[in-house]
This record gives sequence, C-alpha cells and structure tokens, in this order.
Amino acid sequence: MNSAKERLVNGIVKENPTFVLMLGMCPTLAVTTSAINGLGMGLTTMVVLALSNVFISLLRGIIPDKVRIPAFIVIIASFVTMVELLLQGFIPFLYDALGIYIPLIVVNCIILGRAEAYAYKNPVIPSLFDGIGMGLGFSVALTCIGAVRELLGAGEIFGVHIMPESYVPVSIFIMAPGAFFVLATLTAIQNKVKIAGEKKGKDMSKIQSGCNSDCMNCSDSGCTHRLYDEKAGEGDKK
Amino acid sequence: MNELMKVSSNPHVRSKSTTANIMLTVVIALLPAAGFGIYNFGLKALLLILVTVASTVFTEFAFEKICKKKITIGDYSAVVTGLLLALNLPVSAPWWIGVVGGVFAILVVKMLFGGLGQNFMNPALGARCFLLISFTSIMTNFDCDAYTGATPLANLKSGEAVNILDMVIGRTAGTIGETSMIAIVVGACILILFGIIDLRIPGTYIVTLAIFVSIFGAHGMNWPYISAHLSGGGLMLGAFFMATDYVTRPITKKGQYLFGALLGILTGIFRIFGPSAEGVSYAIIIGNLLVPLIEKITLPKAFGKGGEKA
Repeated sequence: MNSAKERLVNGIVKENPTFVLMLGMCPTLAVTTSAINGLGMGLTTMVVLALSNVFISLLRGIIPDKVRIPAFIVIIASFVTMVELLLQGFIPFLYDALGIYIPLIVVNCIILGRAEAYAYKNPVIPSLFDGIGMGLGFSVALTCIGAVRELLGAGEIFGVHIMPESYVPVSIFIMAPGAFFVLATLTAIQNKVKIAGEKKGKDMSKIQSGCNSDCMNCSDSGCTHRLYDEKAGEGDKK
Repeated sequence: MNELMKVSSNPHVRSKSTTANIMLTVVIALLPAAGFGIYNFGLKALLLILVTVASTVFTEFAFEKICKKKITIGDYSAVVTGLLLALNLPVSAPWWIGVVGGVFAILVVKMLFGGLGQNFMNPALGARCFLLISFTSIMTNFDCDAYTGATPLANLKSGEAVNILDMVIGRTAGTIGETSMIAIVVGACILILFGIIDLRIPGTYIVTLAIFVSIFGAHGMNWPYISAHLSGGGLMLGAFFMATDYVTRPITKKGQYLFGALLGILTGIFRIFGPSAEGVSYAIIIGNLLVPLIEKITLPKAFGKGGEKA
C-alpha cells in the first residue's frame, strides 16, 4: 500500500500536474473563473484519469506498441463520453459552466501523459492511485486558481460573499488575463516555498519538534521537511 | 608638465545626459498638461496625481528593498510613470484607483520583467488598460464638477457636433491630462527642443491617423472632423509622451516610422470600427508588443554585409 500513498503524494505535491509539470494549461486557464468550476473540472478529470489509467494498465499486455496512442485515445474518449453524459444528466449547471471543456478532456495532456508515462508500464493498483493522485493534484490546483480569481474578481468563494461591501471587484481576474496572472503568481509562490523548503530541510532540529517524521501520513502540506527526501525536486528536473 | 597617458577602457566619449536628466525633462514637459488638468478639474486632480506618483515611487522602492536590489527611484522614471498614469485617469476616479494602477504599473509591468529598460510594454499604459478592463464603469465615468456627459470623441462617434476650439484649449470632459491639446504640445516642444524625442514616431502616428480617418471616417476630407479626431482623446498625449518611450519604441529609424504608421492605423481602426470611442492606449500597447518584430525586419545591414556575393 506504500506505493499507493507515494503515488498520491507524488501527484498532489511533487509532480503536481499544473504547478510543476505545467500540463493541461488549456482547461486550467479557461474554466477557473470560479472555485466551483475549478473543482468540478478537476474532479471530472480525476475520474476520467483514474478509470483510463486502470484500463490502460489492464490492457497493457494486449495493446500493440505501434498503435498504443490511438488505443489510449479510444479508452479515454469512452470515459469522457460517459462522464459527459452523467454530468449532463445529474449536474446540469456544471455541465453548462464547463461547456466545450468537458469533451476536450479527451485531449488533456495530463491523461495521455500519465497513460504513456505510467499506466502503460505499471500494474493496475499503482496506476489507479497515480490517476487519483494526479487528478487530485489537478483539482487542488484548479480550485486554488479558481478561488483566488473568484475572490478578487467577484468578492466570493464558492459563491459565498467574503469581501466587505465596499470592495469593488477587479473584474479582470475573472477574464482571460486574470488566469495568467493568478497561475503565474501561484506557481511562483509554490516554487519559492519549495526552494526555501529544500534549503531548510537540512535543519533537522525544527522538524523533530512536534513531528513524528511520518511525512506520508502528515496532513501539513506546508511543512518544509516534506519536500526534503531522496526524491525531492525530481519533478523540477524533468 | 605631466605627459602621462591615461589608460582607460571604452567608451572614451561620455555624454552628460543621464537617465535622471532625461526623466526630469519629461516630468517638466508634462507639467503644462498636469497644470491645465488641475486648473480644469480642480484640486481633486492634484490629489489624484500626487497619490498615483507616490504609489509608483513607493512600489519601486519597496520592491527593490525587498529583493535587495539597487534602489533606482533616483532616476525619476517611476515619477514619469506615475504622472503619465494619473494624467490618464478620469478626475472622478477614487484615490485607490491611482494606487492600484501605480502598483500594477511598477510591480507587474516594469519590475517583474527586470526594471527600467527591460519592460516590454509602457508601464503607465499597461496599468491604464488593466484599470480600464477591471473597473470599466469607474474609468469611463467622466462626470465631474466642471463637466457632465460624454467626451468629445464619444459625441463625435455618435454623430453629435463638437466644439473644436474647446477641444484644442481643453475645456472638455476627459481624463486629467488628455483634454488640452495646447498644453500637451507645449510640453512636446520642450521635449523636442531638448532633443529628448524627435518627430519620427509622433509625426508618422498623427499623419497616418489623419489619413486613415479621412478615408474610413465616412466624412471624407472634412477638416473639422479630422481635426476633432486629432485633438480629441489621448492622441496627443499618447503620440508625444507614450509612443516615444525609449524602452518600448523601436530603435531603428525605419522601424520608428513603421511603428508610428502602425499606431495610426490601429488607433483609427479602434476609434472608427471598435465599440469604444477611444483607442490610443490599446494601439500603443499592441504596438509595443510588435516592437521586437519591427526591429527584426528593419535592422540595417552592417557595412560590408549583404549585397551581391562575389
């Protein structure tokens, strides 16, 4: 089970598809006008990613190498169609909000990337958790971007009014340029935190106080030690 | 007699003009327009100008202090940015608009790209467009104590008559610094006399716009219509003070003519075919983005290069 946890942490933190791998920029920039849209897009992608990873992993002995990309696309497209119909039937407001970006999940490079880089070479269970981890990382990133944009551009988060009445919404943040500003700023902040974390990681005195050193089960994602292990920075070098 | 030779590395001939000198001259050249704006719109205009300038200078200082860089507020470039931005705000704008704009101009458009000389876009115009998109209703509300209603260009677009004399003097609604053609041209003369700018970009810009308007304006060679286009809106301010920004204009001479013509055409397109009556800001920042390409195609051939191969 350890590899499952490792896959989850890898997807959410070390190789976060949005902030570290810089994959799937099109939906990231286009649908994150509000936190709920970002979360919806992230979770939708996660479901497709997990299911397609499982099936590609199951079929990896059968799919011939030369036609693996079309085969991946067929598998991914089937799941996207299912998810699209389910969304249309049960969460119509999200279906309307995400629009064309739901069918476009088929060509999301995170999904094809994970299929090619991981699921096609690994057993089913790790592939499932790789898909869930990457999907969660994508969801976290999209929700963060969406929340910041919604907060600044409309004064709300998840539709709840947060800013004081006197706050004048900066509407550029819910338009296209705002997506670039927020993505760049959040990426810069998380790089800053990671670099600082790698430097501070050597200082063991801080970590031993009130921490049982079990980073895999630790919920403190801001912990600097978390990034200091053998595999730290692996994502950055890719 | 001391016959020792001095050994030094080049450059051996140094000009006395410094960034600070040039920027200070620009500030002085902007004073007539600023002064007329204060006279025209009242003390609130002065307050807005001071707040905006203070926010640009403080942002530059704070950024350089935090990033442990050399403090460059002594070169007055932040003052120029702040002043230009303030002259592009309507007087009815609340003070925090100036602060938000000033911080955006310096922090995002200038400092994040490496400070003076590295920014790809005029900081004041970048901030103005940011404000225009973000706070459209505030930025296009030109109602104030002295004037109510639309700007002359908006009237012109909707087909109403405009008073050219008022537009030339500046007794119209508009942003703080753009209304008076006379005050801006006085400032421009100062810049030209001191050799800070030349007429290549502003001249081509204005002539191109005049030609464009006379062809596509649906009024033909109607002199009052054309002169209203030339004296209205931010054209004069943009042409003399923003399009000529050293950092964001092309450095080749041919490129500068091309740049001016491009700005004239873009402004004409935005004013006549676009939904808004005004188009100088967007024209100049789009022009700024194309400067690397313009420089690439207008690069002069080095002596001995090119021509027939032997």
